[in-house]
Amino acid sequence: MSAIKQLPRWADIFLLPLVGLAAALLLSAGIIALLGESPWQAVKLMIDGALGSQEGIGYSLFYATNFIFTGLAVAVAFHAGLFNIGGEGQAYIGGLGTGLVCLWFSHWPFWVVLPLAVLASAGFGAAWAFLPGLLQAKRGSHIVITTIMFNFIASALMTYLLVNVLVKPGQQSPETREFAQGLWMPFAHEMLGRFGINFTATPLNLAFVLALGAAIFVWIFIWHTRWGYALRVVGQSPAAAVYAGMSPSRITVMAMLLSGALAGGLGLNELMGSQHRILIDFPGGAGFVGIAVALMGRNHPFGILLAAGLFGALYQGGSQLTFDMPRINRDMVVVIQGLVILSCGALENMFRVPLTALLGRPVRAEKEKL
Amino acid sequence: MTADAPLKPPALELRGIDKRFGSVHANRAISFAVAAGSVHGLIGENGAGKSTLMNIVYGFHRPDAGVILVNGREVEIHSPQDAISAGIGMVHQHFMLVENFTVLENVLLGVEGGPLLARGLARARMELQKIGRDYGLEVPLDALVGTLPVGLQQRVEILKALHRGAGILILDEPTAVLTPQETDQFFRMLGRLRDQGRTVLLVTHKLREIMAITDRVTVMRQGAVVAEVVTASTSPRELAEKMVGRAVLLQVKKGELRAGPALLSVRNLSVRDSAGALRVKHMSFEVRAGEIVAIAGVAGNGQSELLEVLAGMGVSTSGEIFMGGFDLVATAADPRRRRELGLAHVPEDRLRVGVVPGFSAQANLILGYQDRAAFNRGGLMNDGAILADCERKMAAYDVRPPLPGLRLSAFSGGNQQKLVIAREVDCEPQVLLVGQPTRGVDIGAIEFIHHRLVALRDAGKAILLISVELDEILGLADRILVMAGGEITGELSRAEATEEKIGLLMAGVRGEGRA
Repeated sequence: MSAIKQLPRWADIFLLPLVGLAAALLLSAGIIALLGESPWQAVKLMIDGALGSQEGIGYSLFYATNFIFTGLAVAVAFHAGLFNIGGEGQAYIGGLGTGLVCLWFSHWPFWVVLPLAVLASAGFGAAWAFLPGLLQAKRGSHIVITTIMFNFIASALMTYLLVNVLVKPGQQSPETREFAQGLWMPFAHEMLGRFGINFTATPLNLAFVLALGAAIFVWIFIWHTRWGYALRVVGQSPAAAVYAGMSPSRITVMAMLLSGALAGGLGLNELMGSQHRILIDFPGGAGFVGIAVALMGRNHPFGILLAAGLFGALYQGGSQLTFDMPRINRDMVVVIQGLVILSCGALENMFRVPLTALLGRPVRAEKEKL
Repeated sequence: MTADAPLKPPALELRGIDKRFGSVHANRAISFAVAAGSVHGLIGENGAGKSTLMNIVYGFHRPDAGVILVNGREVEIHSPQDAISAGIGMVHQHFMLVENFTVLENVLLGVEGGPLLARGLARARMELQKIGRDYGLEVPLDALVGTLPVGLQQRVEILKALHRGAGILILDEPTAVLTPQETDQFFRMLGRLRDQGRTVLLVTHKLREIMAITDRVTVMRQGAVVAEVVTASTSPRELAEKMVGRAVLLQVKKGELRAGPALLSVRNLSVRDSAGALRVKHMSFEVRAGEIVAIAGVAGNGQSELLEVLAGMGVSTSGEIFMGGFDLVATAADPRRRRELGLAHVPEDRLRVGVVPGFSAQANLILGYQDRAAFNRGGLMNDGAILADCERKMAAYDVRPPLPGLRLSAFSGGNQQKLVIAREVDCEPQVLLVGQPTRGVDIGAIEFIHHRLVALRDAGKAILLISVELDEILGLADRILVMAGGEITGELSRAEATEEKIGLLMAGVRGEGRA
């Protein structure tokens, strides 16, 4: 008779992240108070900035779109037992694919270019994840190490390309020329306007819908196809996978390809949807936030949507805070986001133990879906 | 409680121990006493509440009610530390050792006795040498634990407990990892411990061991003590009935042997491991339709490698494997293709290889068969068909509880194995490879599993059984091959096989039997 206790599912999925979030906000409040600002005021400003207006909501969802892509990327790799830290680099290179398509096919109609751009962003992102995956599968080189290295290589490669190859002639800053206006992702306010709904202009665009589609795709793929089944078997027990006639090395590479492809989707939102050019460091850390999003979302697409929404709101609310509170600058907001990542991701077990003691049930009563 | 009035108080006495986990009543008012200087058995099927009870005694859990007495004095045990200071030592089924520490360092772990190690190490070395001499528990103190065979690792665990002054030693399923020979050695050692005045509480579900070594035995069923008897006055059959709660067949009934053509032929097969050592040497044998061929041998003599290569999980160095007319080495190298040809496999290491413990029962029932048309509909898995298949197999194979969505690790060992057997037998394979089918499985399930294997044999299929349990081999096999050092050292028909003959061949002494 095993007596190990487990949290009920609802508490594992909802309560635990909320407790973590609350703890992070309390800590942040303490820091804000130390800086001489009112924490209460700061929270109100953040919430108001993120959700209090159409503009705030639009920006929050725009940021969330990036995090959905990178969060899904982390989750897919995680189900195969791989910790893909390389979302940042894969998103960066994936964006190169998006950008090249938009620059090359300037005069083509949008609806023809869009699928090409999706394929290119996924293909480039996947290509950047391929080598770490292959090295892990064939040589046992640890994926965490190789993907971190590949982030640096991606960064150096992109700097080189933007400074020397792709830069708009006669311009100082390392950016490409602007994409043709016909190839910009339709903005949310434009699309809604067509149905007679007024929405403030924000960078929120069609890529958000693509991100939702990606989440649904991942959900079906992981839990309702035999490839997803094989991927999860490899993640949980490579020996059982061999027994079942699966090839762990092939599935490892496949999972990394899919993971990189999802990370590559970030370029669709950030470049084709908002910046309309390729520029230095456009992922801006979203690849890393994706790790926190996946952790907090329990590697489930639905959880990732919620967590990405939360982090999107934190981003947007944080920028609002820096406008209105002079003593809180951009770095301070990064500290607050860092605290959320720390307490929801890394410190999860600190809250899990007391919560389990309080609410836990013996393992035998625990049920799980297929 | 013991009826005879002991001069000394019992070494360990439990009074009215009660424990619930949510709706599960794991221990119901348990009372019994373990006489000082005796070997006491605690027997019950998996899930009878033995482990919970021992975890309470060792301080992992607090009882809801009841008291624990050590040497007649009531003790409060809140943690393993309390248990250790009360003189209770526990050896877990799964060893708690640091593999890349030496034996000495492992024993010292937690009782270093100061910030600098040198003095503690020197003192521990002397004490261990003395304990080793007294009890015949010699272990190379400076060897890395990870390099020792399991039998010796277990000794290290016992040394650890003795070194901490345990007068009462609790052993939880200690022989699960031991070969018959190692088990015999182990029992001799327990005997010496008893003779030196230590008290041993042996927790197991193996009747043979209870009969062999204990003085008294307490039987548990469904969380309660159902009997306490003097071992000498009972029989395995009586104990089994008390454990299971009904009459049990210890011997399976088989039909007449009607062997057909060879379904599995192995010719001159050799296997090298990754380190380059030859683990299987030029083996040739056949398994015919309608017979069970068993491979006996001390664990680690190449049986595992043989089974893996036959299943397609490993690569043979040379030789041929034919199934029906198919050359498996050339045309069906991987397990998936071999399954398609009708080769099923119940692996030796169930939890690591045969199932995914974190998956639900229904997800485990398609492992290896996930690509079959019956479980897929277009690109998607056919969840309805998978669920229906699972429900049907759970009913047919008496899996309890019959919940397809329940996580596999929440089933008892016996029910996990029933699920694996259901998956591998129900698809009516031509050839079934079975490794250690009843390891860690309770009596009720053993009976059921043996019955299923015999039914498959009687249906004209070929079964290759690998087991370290001689009882199992003698009960099931039509023909017995004995392996030692990677070779077949002899072949015996069931009629001529005896434990002694097999034992000699297992030790590598040839010239017995027909081979």
